Amino acid sequence: MCLGVPGKVIEIYESDGIRMGKVDFGGLTKEACLAYVPEVELGDYTIIHVGFAITKLDEQSALETLELFNQIGFIEEEFGAADAEASSV
Amino acid sequence: MKYLEEFRDPDLAQRLLDDIRRTVTKPWAIMEVCGGQTHSIIRNGIDQLLPAEVELIHGPGCPVCVTPLEIIDKALAIAAQPGVIFCSFGDMLRVPGSDKDLFRIKSEGGDVRIVYSPLDALQLARKNPDRQVVFFGIGFETTAPANAMAVAQAKRLGLDNFSMLVSHVLVPPAIEAILTSPSNRVQSFLAAGHVCSVMGTWQYVPLVERFHTPIVVTGFEPLDVLEGIRRAVHQLEAGDARLENAYERAVTFEGNVPAQRILEEVFEVTDRTWRGIGMIPQSGWKLRPDYEQFDAENRFDVSGIHTQESPLCRSGEVLQGLLKPNQCPAFGKQCTPQTPLGATMVSSEGACAAYYRYGRAAINLTESARA
Ligand code: SF4
Repeated sequence: MCLGVPGKVIEIYESDGIRMGKVDFGGLTKEACLAYVPEVELGDYTIIHVGFAITKLDEQSALETLELFNQIGFIEEEFGAADAEASSV
Repeated sequence: MKYLEEFRDPDLAQRLLDDIRRTVTKPWAIMEVCGGQTHSIIRNGIDQLLPAEVELIHGPGCPVCVTPLEIIDKALAIAAQPGVIFCSFGDMLRVPGSDKDLFRIKSEGGDVRIVYSPLDALQLARKNPDRQVVFFGIGFETTAPANAMAVAQAKRLGLDNFSMLVSHVLVPPAIEAILTSPSNRVQSFLAAGHVCSVMGTWQYVPLVERFHTPIVVTGFEPLDVLEGIRRAVHQLEAGDARLENAYERAVTFEGNVPAQRILEEVFEVTDRTWRGIGMIPQSGWKLRPDYEQFDAENRFDVSGIHTQESPLCRSGEVLQGLLKPNQCPAFGKQCTPQTPLGATMVSSEGACAAYYRYGRAAINLTESARA
């Protein structure tokens, strides 16, 4: 759970007064909170940890990390476990 | 060299290793603080690729492993109550309490749910106004901004059926505790990259100066870890003690300021017991009085808990770097990820689980002492 996974912000919107967005992790899309990265814009890469963007990341290092994580099955490990009903967005 | 080809860039990995080999002249003990780094090290055999002089000591940086037994037992007691929806990160479900774990509570009829984010728990509270929704708020500084936001949002929305069982821990006081321990052998630290993404690197400057100990902020990928080790070795050999940032692509000196602001608003520093280690002063966060109404320990009666650790488990020594997981007599025998006796065998970031998963053989202590 301590892992942070890089992803690309493909949608930004507000929900209950919080800045939220959709983030693409190399094909898998998840909702994430963007409140802590006000500087992040559409198309930017960030590191997402437990559904929150914690920092911006440049595209090249994001893509390299994603590829590696995909290879070794980290992406599945990070997102696979949640109960479908509890985390439906 | 069977591991090298698994690096993203095996040539670069080889060059980093060569540089370390050329530089090192005497034995050094370096602690990687974070469980994610431990996982990377064991998975890629980094400890076995390094020259014999460089010893890696696995640190206490796995939140699942250090959450105190008493809090686990409280979680079990709350989750078993009728009318409660107990939400947790998945790794916590198999952590052994005194006599069961959250999976057992679930199979006995408790409504235990695995969520990916604390905001998912908040949504569950809104959808189920007649139920009490409790979130298990554990973690280091990386996870804290998410948990703080969930509590702040519950307050803003006036959700009175949401609460959090908070057990947050902080890295710098743990480093200080390790450095002041009489049995300490650690000479340099790889600090956890994503903790620093949130908190910045400034917090570590006083530690570097006070203990004259190099601290290198390090990422999680195998190449990041090698680079962190390389920089630590250079400093140690030169007799330097500086704070270095080897994870600049994700970490700045000041850290994530908006996140730090919410943390300050919602949490205050408190003494915290670390499982297997004991109480470390001022090493955790709890909810501030303004947010006390969301504290699950106030909402539910969880007094009268008597904790009982497995008598076989030596994870305390593992967490302090005094014992390697495969030196524990129960490792791989009575204790496996399916039947964990200690929390360090549960999470993939726990040192015992990493050793098990990547096939490190058990070491017979008496034989290795003779050898
Ligand atoms: S191998 Fe199991 S029993 Fe031994 S220290 Fe690790 S968790 Fe505890």
